[in-house]
Amino acid sequence: MTSANAGEWPLWEIFIRSQHGLAHKHVGSLHASDAAMAVKNARDVYTRRNEGVSIWVVRSADIVASNPDARDELFDPASSKVYRHPTFFPMPEDVKHI
Amino acid sequence: MYAQQVDTGLAKVQSNAEMDAAERAFQARIDADVKIEPTDWMPEAYRRTLIRQIQQHAHSEIVGMLPEGNWIGRAPSLKRKAILMAKVQDEGGHGLYLYAAAETLGVSRDKLVEDLHAGKAKYSSIFNYPTLTWADIGAIGWLVDGAAIMNQIPLCRCSYGPYARAMVRICKEESFHQRQGYDIMLSLARGTPEQKAMAQDALDRWWWPSLMMFGPPDADSVHSAQSAKWKIKLLSNDELRQRFVDQTVPQADYLGIAMPDADLRWNEARGHYDFGAIDWSEFHNVLKGNGPCNRERLAARVEAWEDGAWVREAAVAYAAKEVLRQKEAA
Ligand SMILES: [Fe+2]
Ligand SMILES: [Fe+2]
Repeated sequence: MTSANAGEWPLWEIFIRSQHGLAHKHVGSLHASDAAMAVKNARDVYTRRNEGVSIWVVRSADIVASNPDARDELFDPASSKVYRHPTFFPMPEDVKHI
Repeated sequence: MYAQQVDTGLAKVQSNAEMDAAERAFQARIDADVKIEPTDWMPEAYRRTLIRQIQQHAHSEIVGMLPEGNWIGRAPSLKRKAILMAKVQDEGGHGLYLYAAAETLGVSRDKLVEDLHAGKAKYSSIFNYPTLTWADIGAIGWLVDGAAIMNQIPLCRCSYGPYARAMVRICKEESFHQRQGYDIMLSLARGTPEQKAMAQDALDRWWWPSLMMFGPPDADSVHSAQSAKWKIKLLSNDELRQRFVDQTVPQADYLGIAMPDADLRWNEARGHYDFGAIDWSEFHNVLKGNGPCNRERLAARVEAWEDGAWVREAAVAYAAKEVLRQKEAA
């Protein structure tokens, strides 16, 4: 999709774990010539205010995404299965701790 | 504002009848406040307008580092110097978030930079004014970042996901910028008569250009209506400008310095400040490239790009060599 010019540094997707115990979360992307530089740049671009305790970098070209045109086929099956949610089962008021 | 006049490429607002089925479905999603994401279908005019807008915004952040960078080496104390460096570094970060958002629309980083250097892409008029004294650093944080916040907060709700997310991140950082500027103004206003005069002089020079940041009056903003329909512009230029004036006048009063506007007065009936006529010929002249610093700013960007070429090339060569070494070792 992106028409990279010759010599342009590749694009990396950046994931930051904000605190111990939380999952890494996508925060944005940046350009870097290699993985080590991507981590360094991510430190400067995305964690200037202690936003992170860990950084993951992944080449954008290596991300495999679901096809947006297939959204319906992919996600519709879940919408009919409301019984997967606990609120589907009304409990009698006298029954506690459930 | 940071993107002051964004051409939508459309002569007038597209009515629903003029849209095809895909365009109508797209507009319906926007009307329902569903965010548009990079892989979603979008009209070509929306995509191109957004590239223009986000690009202007990104370039403004980057070029905006220059007037403030001018004072890093001459900050009056180590503390002020460290704060100013952190502020300028944030602006670099803002530029990077925004370039990345623009790239999701299918344009390369190098092309964006090329457009700036070739004078094809604009940046905010405000950064073409010189920073003559230390008080200008105070005035920029207070007024220029203040005006930027005014414009950027609504953009956190704009229709394009990557742009909206970049704006959320930026807005979190801007309030420090505005406060450190006002803090400089406070110190000067409470200082010697000479220092207070410096604060007044900075306000005198930055006030009108700050009001111009919001762009031309609504009556002359031909492309605003389409951008509003696409929800990539959420409040009008005049609305934002009025809010900015209303918020800023009491802050100047507190500093004990006077707005350089003889027509400025509270209008009880409107519940707003009335203010004097803006010299739009100055604004258009600066946009055309004839402001006090246009040439200097662009030359500084081009020089930085060219001087950095060998570093970019060396990094690519090193990365290629490392890949080769790993293959040989395996
Ligand atoms: Fe900024
Ligand atoms: Fe700022």
